[in-house]
Amino acid sequence: MKRIVIIGAGQAGVQAAATLRSEGFGGTLTLIGEEPYPPYQRPPLSKAYLAGDFARERLFLKPDSFYAETRCDLRLRTAATAIDRPSKTVRLSDGTALAYDRLLLTTGARVRKVPVPGADLPGVHYLRGIEDVDALRPNFRAGARLAVVGGGYIGLEVAAVAVKHGLEVTVVEAAARVMVRAASLQLSAFYEAEHRAHGVKFQLGAMAEAFEGTARVEAVRTNQGRVPADFVLAGIGIVPNCELAQEAGLACDNGIAVDEFAATSDPDIFAAGDCTCHPGFAGGRVRLESVQNAIDQAKHAALGMLGEPSAYREVPWFWSDQYDLKLQIAGLAQAGDVTVLRGDPQARKFSVFHLRDGVIAAVEAVNAPPDYIIGRKLIAARARVAPERLADPNVPVKSFI
Amino acid sequence: MPKITYIEHNNKEHVVEVPAGWTVMEGAVKNRIPGIDADCGGACACATCHVYVDPAWLPKLSPRQDMEEQMLDFAQDVKPNSRLSCQIKVTPALDGLIVRTPKSQH
Repeated sequence: MKRIVIIGAGQAGVQAAATLRSEGFGGTLTLIGEEPYPPYQRPPLSKAYLAGDFARERLFLKPDSFYAETRCDLRLRTAATAIDRPSKTVRLSDGTALAYDRLLLTTGARVRKVPVPGADLPGVHYLRGIEDVDALRPNFRAGARLAVVGGGYIGLEVAAVAVKHGLEVTVVEAAARVMVRAASLQLSAFYEAEHRAHGVKFQLGAMAEAFEGTARVEAVRTNQGRVPADFVLAGIGIVPNCELAQEAGLACDNGIAVDEFAATSDPDIFAAGDCTCHPGFAGGRVRLESVQNAIDQAKHAALGMLGEPSAYREVPWFWSDQYDLKLQIAGLAQAGDVTVLRGDPQARKFSVFHLRDGVIAAVEAVNAPPDYIIGRKLIAARARVAPERLADPNVPVKSFI
Repeated sequence: MPKITYIEHNNKEHVVEVPAGWTVMEGAVKNRIPGIDADCGGACACATCHVYVDPAWLPKLSPRQDMEEQMLDFAQDVKPNSRLSCQIKVTPALDGLIVRTPKSQH
């Protein structure tokens, strides 16, 4: 095996490149990326980078010397346009083609557009890449009115930065509560209250019907009324980039379908990160949008490509920074879980444990790193802890292990 | 630019320049110094950037904050001079800082 091509120069792509080299791969390695920037961290985009506290160079995951020293041929501003499986080649937007022995798809995801009239008006922003934030930031002037469409992590992290900069912020969320996809009822209620205390207004259970304005956006019209705005940030989720895989005839279902070794339905093609749908830690198939998944799945994909398959079974974990609150989540909560509150939300330091059939399945920890770290271990061990002990702050969390 | 010395557990030394305002973790990652994983990119969310600060330098660092203290409790082989390198901000006063990386972050 001499040639490996990686399509997608994000967190997963660069991790796979690093792992391939550290595991001794000596052949040709090419990393293709559409953006003009070398692989960078996305999490700070909606936090410190948006706030202006973080210079752009600090986002880059590797120094330029990495690509030379590891003989990783990084080709930026280049898209893969087609995969020809019979000849094992990838066609590129610059008109060239690359032959591969193993191919890795780390194509990531793109923002979901709000499907309403006026969505293309100037002043309607999304947040996924460096350029999105560079375009968004000049709007952050004290007194400006920001309408956030979507009360998920991106929308709420941006709202937190915005109120700190003195903006008037209204969040429009279609569900009855914020962070509905990723958090428990208790956590949603806590975060909504925090944002309200900082001056953020909410329209919950509100559907955006149109972006109004002539030369640029002036308001979001919803089924609950009109939210006047100088600019809009929409964060209603992401869509996995699986078209390339689909057109090549690879199995896709809510992402590029891979097994626990990150292999697609073609044994020479692997996939990792946000673009994949894979066996979940707690069974079923999941698609995860996280740094943890990008890093861990890419490592397993690299091993699989080298013929040393190792199953990806890590517990998913996530984090979010809003105000001075550090939210750390391990595992995936599900409807029907029994939830146990540990600590006091009033003290802004607590966690919510989720039990499924008596087994710890997820933990959401706010300013409570020990609960998160122990929780992650308990989830990995599929441990059982009596709810009354979990809930008792006098029982040290370390004693659960 | 402040110079920082990173010493691996096998005593291999790396002396690198790190811009003021960056963290000691970023100085390591951007210079490809082995032994610091920093999976979360410096958000104090993973405890995989643990280092041992040369005792002579400890008084010059701002003390551990509560969050760091709590995360460190779960790192391997924690010592009194243990820090999470993502929480040490580089300043001109830290020119010459020496840190050692542990054998493993997990």
